[in-house]
Amino acid sequence: MEKPNLDYLEKLARGDASLRKKLIDIIKNEFPEEREEYYISLKDKDFKKTEENVHRLKHKIIILGLEENYKIANKFEHDLRDCNLDRVEDFEKILIAISYYLKTI
Amino acid sequence: MNCIIVDDEQIARVIIKTLCDEIKFLGVVGEFSDAMQAIKFLNANEIDLIFLDIHMPDFNGVDFIKTLKNPPKIILTTSDSQFAIEAFEYDFIIDYLLKPIGLERFQKAILKAQKHEPSTNEVRFESEIKNDFYVNIDRRLIKINVESICIVEAKGDYIHIKTEEKNYVVHSTLRRIEEKLPDSLFLRVHRSFIINVKKIVDIEDNTVVIKKEVIPVSRSKRPELMKRLDLL
Repeated sequence: MEKPNLDYLEKLARGDASLRKKLIDIIKNEFPEEREEYYISLKDKDFKKTEENVHRLKHKIIILGLEENYKIANKFEHDLRDCNLDRVEDFEKILIAISYYLKTI
Repeated sequence: MNCIIVDDEQIARVIIKTLCDEIKFLGVVGEFSDAMQAIKFLNANEIDLIFLDIHMPDFNGVDFIKTLKNPPKIILTTSDSQFAIEAFEYDFIIDYLLKPIGLERFQKAILKAQKHEPSTNEVRFESEIKNDFYVNIDRRLIKINVESICIVEAKGDYIHIKTEEKNYVVHSTLRRIEEKLPDSLFLRVHRSFIINVKKIVDIEDNTVVIKKEVIPVSRSKRPELMKRLDLL
């Protein structure tokens, strides 16, 4: 499985440590909130809301360099328009991997 | 040049702000997490450029664009190119940035915004029709020259755009592309086919040949097709 990385954020920060920290802090704050919103909408079987939450999480996935996982998230987002949850477990694995990674940075 | 950023994600707003800070002549005068706040701001302030996330909950970027009476230039930002096609129909959309946005691509978009001369919808529309348009393929917007198109075929939820050199499969309808193609060149000869009349090499009773492909012609379309041909 792909491992998250900070390549994109490092490139963006261009050596500015405070900007790097700011970007990481925002992701550390936004990601758990979005993840929780995702779980709530999933539990409520609110497919439209779940799709929106996946869309927002998708951006974090690609920011953290998870290109293959981004494709999975993208497919899952599209599947949700048809109320299809086939990829829910794959998506769950991505969220777990990111959650773990964010604790390490 | 002043600009505002409209995006429901904080990280996206900060990233765009960071990229804007790299451009000397570009100043961010507002950041908004929802479209309604941005509309209020636009009603009270003159803005040159908007970075607009097209995929926002409740009131998305396309809805936002439709509410603007005197829209400034807009650069769309999103992690899903699907919505961009619709929005690209507007005159004031300068460019489209797929997230995550890199500095180089961002700079190109700003250069476009700088060069962009406001034009009327009519002029822009005409020029787009005559030259080219964009299609969404695998999260990329690909420019297709209109005159290079030979055949457009509908297959299920997709259309196959066949040009002189390449074929493109696009999630769209024949009706939508028909609106983009100039009547002077293109004709819908069948419920599943639009053809470039200039590319016809052979005609039989109910078929035409283009690019070695035999295309059916509906009986009802045949008179119109015959009218278009420069017969001796």
